[in-house]
Amino acid sequence: MNSLIPNEIPITPALIAEHGLKPDEYQRILDLIGRAPSLTELGIFSAMWNEHCSYKSSKVHLRTLPTKGPHVIQGPGENAGVIDIGDGLACVFKMESHNHPSYIEPYQGAATGVGGILRDVFTMGARPIACLNALSFGAPGHPKTRHLVGGVVAGIGGYGNSFGVPTVGGSVRFHSRYDGNCLVNAMAVGIARKDGIFYSAASGVGMPIVYLGSKTGRDGIHGASMASAEFGEGTEEKRPTVQVGDPFSEKLLLEACLEIMAKGCVIAIQDMGAAGLTCSAVEMGAKGDLGVALELDKVPCREERMTAYEMMLSESQERMLMVLKPEKEKEAEAIFHKWGLDFAVVGETTPTKRFIVRHHGETMADLPIKELGDQAPEYKRPFVSAAKHKAIDADDIHAPVGIAEALEKLLATPDLCSKRWVWEQYDHIILGNTVQRPGGDAAVVRVEDGPKGLALTTDVTPRYCEADPFEGGKQAVAECWRNLTAVGAKPLAVTDNLNFGNPERPEIMGQFVGCVRGIAEACKALDFPVVSGNVSLYNETNGKAILPTPSIGGVGLLDDFSRSATLAFKRAGETILLIGETTGWLGQSVYLRDICGREEGAAPPVDLVEERENGDFVRALILDGTATAVHDLSDGGLAVALAEMAMASGIGAKLDAAPTDIPAHAYWFGEDQARYLVTLRADAAQAVLKRAQAASVPAAVIGMTGGGEALALPGEPPLPVKTLSQHFESWLPRYMAGEL
Amino acid sequence: MNAAVLVFPGINRERDMARTLKIISGRQPAMVWHTDRELPAGTDLVVIPGGFSYGDYLRCGAIAARSPIMDAVRAYAAKGGLVLGVCNGFQILCEAGLLPGVLMRNENLRFICRDVYLKVERSDTPFTRGYNAGQVVRVPVAHGEGNYIADGETIAKLEGEGRVIFRYCSPDGMIDPDWNHNGAINAIAGIVSERGNVLGMMPHPENHVEASIGLTDGRGMFAGLVEALDRAA
Repeated sequence: MNSLIPNEIPITPALIAEHGLKPDEYQRILDLIGRAPSLTELGIFSAMWNEHCSYKSSKVHLRTLPTKGPHVIQGPGENAGVIDIGDGLACVFKMESHNHPSYIEPYQGAATGVGGILRDVFTMGARPIACLNALSFGAPGHPKTRHLVGGVVAGIGGYGNSFGVPTVGGSVRFHSRYDGNCLVNAMAVGIARKDGIFYSAASGVGMPIVYLGSKTGRDGIHGASMASAEFGEGTEEKRPTVQVGDPFSEKLLLEACLEIMAKGCVIAIQDMGAAGLTCSAVEMGAKGDLGVALELDKVPCREERMTAYEMMLSESQERMLMVLKPEKEKEAEAIFHKWGLDFAVVGETTPTKRFIVRHHGETMADLPIKELGDQAPEYKRPFVSAAKHKAIDADDIHAPVGIAEALEKLLATPDLCSKRWVWEQYDHIILGNTVQRPGGDAAVVRVEDGPKGLALTTDVTPRYCEADPFEGGKQAVAECWRNLTAVGAKPLAVTDNLNFGNPERPEIMGQFVGCVRGIAEACKALDFPVVSGNVSLYNETNGKAILPTPSIGGVGLLDDFSRSATLAFKRAGETILLIGETTGWLGQSVYLRDICGREEGAAPPVDLVEERENGDFVRALILDGTATAVHDLSDGGLAVALAEMAMASGIGAKLDAAPTDIPAHAYWFGEDQARYLVTLRADAAQAVLKRAQAASVPAAVIGMTGGGEALALPGEPPLPVKTLSQHFESWLPRYMAGEL
Repeated sequence: MNAAVLVFPGINRERDMARTLKIISGRQPAMVWHTDRELPAGTDLVVIPGGFSYGDYLRCGAIAARSPIMDAVRAYAAKGGLVLGVCNGFQILCEAGLLPGVLMRNENLRFICRDVYLKVERSDTPFTRGYNAGQVVRVPVAHGEGNYIADGETIAKLEGEGRVIFRYCSPDGMIDPDWNHNGAINAIAGIVSERGNVLGMMPHPENHVEASIGLTDGRGMFAGLVEALDRAA
């Protein structure tokens, strides 16, 4: 058997290192197959065992996340998570990073990130109905930032707009810790019939394995390995490992796949994402306890004289692998040809549990399939927890400017300003189901013809995670839950996209472990299971890591989308109610950072019991029609939330004096958690306060809407809403135009 | 109304359009595949929806304009049949020679998705009888290449013959460069053919017809078409 595998290229330690394999990992390969691997086999191992595909550093911790719940149909481990939303329908969703490629080639990196996550969703039989994203860029003053923002946003739009899915929400942040590594996390959400979900495990021996979609080229070779290494000098030279997206082909692939699924042709399906043909074929076989034999001469190629090594590692986009019912092969082929896509039988399932690759009549690889997939190395990497930051006493923080001035400044900061410049480049209305467009707490989309609706959001506060990974992990989940609640949805489940630095450094591993613990705790307490996710490590350049950024994408359900709440004030003369406890927590606040120039202190603690009680109370006010507007409090605290409600409506507000036991700047800008602003008709206020008291939910009347078209904070000059909007809307367009 | 919605590979607003036609007319339109050579018998409205036919590769609409079904559409239009092209549909109609001019990249070189205001210039066409002349309607746009241009002679002819049907305007109906998001010449958002039976427009009235989702200013166009066709029948 060994002699069948030609090995004209000697496997040297340098070659092994180039493939990202450590000496002990190579030894593991030798032990596993009892001989030196061929070059193709070495490539296959490097593709399967890199961090990106194998989760070798994170797996042991990911197992601690809660993944089950009454409505969970499929948790992590498939192309995407699946939850039951009633009426025979399922929601399929996942978030995934495309960080490294986006830094090297922002347009294509981001575009193919969107393409990849959409494929994950429709591979499971779902028609995509919405996309979201979470983007982190370096400091605005860094010479690469503007170029990256422009390219990434255009790439996300370019792919999603053409594919025909609305991009309805997301987040954009800036921080110098992302100077050398931007983050592009893309989330896709789809709807399938509950009885029409497709999985990746092959079944049956001798079944045809079919290659579908675009042709294979030399693009993206070693993309997954690149995503598993730090950046250093010469990163730009990795441009050839970034794939090129073709949303047109993906749209055709979507329609063709859904059509052959509806016709009952498909046994198993797996998209070719990271590590392309290798990863998809191995996963289908390994999950089905079957072997797979591939005939590479049959793979549709875009370029001439491609080697087995290149074909197995190519990350050309818009490709799928399927196991078809043999009797349906002709029917499936006709559908694919109708859509002008390649269709080729490239192999079959075997009873041997071997992964065999043949090319030009020669066996190029012959490996044990389970060990390649399920038995990749797994590490319990050492970790240390960073020392806790000391809580900051608001009395020790001197307010450098007045409240009104600080508010105007904050609204024009990179993190808090309007992101209209970004989301207007995304078609957010296509499909005709977008009930709440970008700019609110969560996007709301109608499900089919209604009345159900889904609320969608992505959240994380990296500076909290840096200061306290555990509380930061909790907060990311809690804020996601809060945003879904603020539109009136019942939060159902999350997808997590965990972005960190080099896990071989114990302090980075400590951040990872802390955040995962926090996420697990919050998801358990809020009955908010994790059903899919992705880990992106090695987001680090020349030893400088990103802020720990565990993005949380949440899905909530509205029984009637038309009852969803929005944040805009509705009319003058309504009572403004603050729900939740306010202590004036300034540690790690945006105010402390952007007004006082200090990034310090402990992150605000998240009390998950309070979180749940306050949220349930607010949701009930929305669903019984009492609340007229709702907004969650997050970055920038109370004053910024009030300004956002005013700007969304053009209606002002007159606020009562701050309580005397909290310094004014801490009251207006503190970032205590589990808080909401709710407006009510004035005559409903007393009854609601009584209800709050009965539910032991802190609630206080803090002012009234109206009072001219200005936000009047006590003791401060009134701020015309129009002026606030100018501050809010102008920073990003001016920055992108090079004026700032 | 017996509408036929054309489907080219890469078109992606065909479902939005079909749903709207069904909501307003009560009848499901026929979906017609690009390789067909004939329109369904009895078709009284052909709709070319938005999207990225053939990925917008080569030029927007250039490849779709040469599809087999377009010969049938040309013959149908020559006999006075009503044709509505929205967004990519407008681009296809220009490339197919059914309307003059071209759609260039937006002036700011970015894709733009937002609600815009349109001034309805005429209400005496089958497409706009549901509106009043001079009325301002709010509908969304979603395009990267909506910047209409033609040579001076063509523009003069279009204007002289009253064939500019929609213009981008301010909320109170003023023609103002600040409200012309894509830089189209004379703020042109939609034009009709010489006979007035072929309309091309960039904005998406089909996305603003349901009160539960948002605004309903797009209804007027489809309700007007239903009325015009009922009257003709």
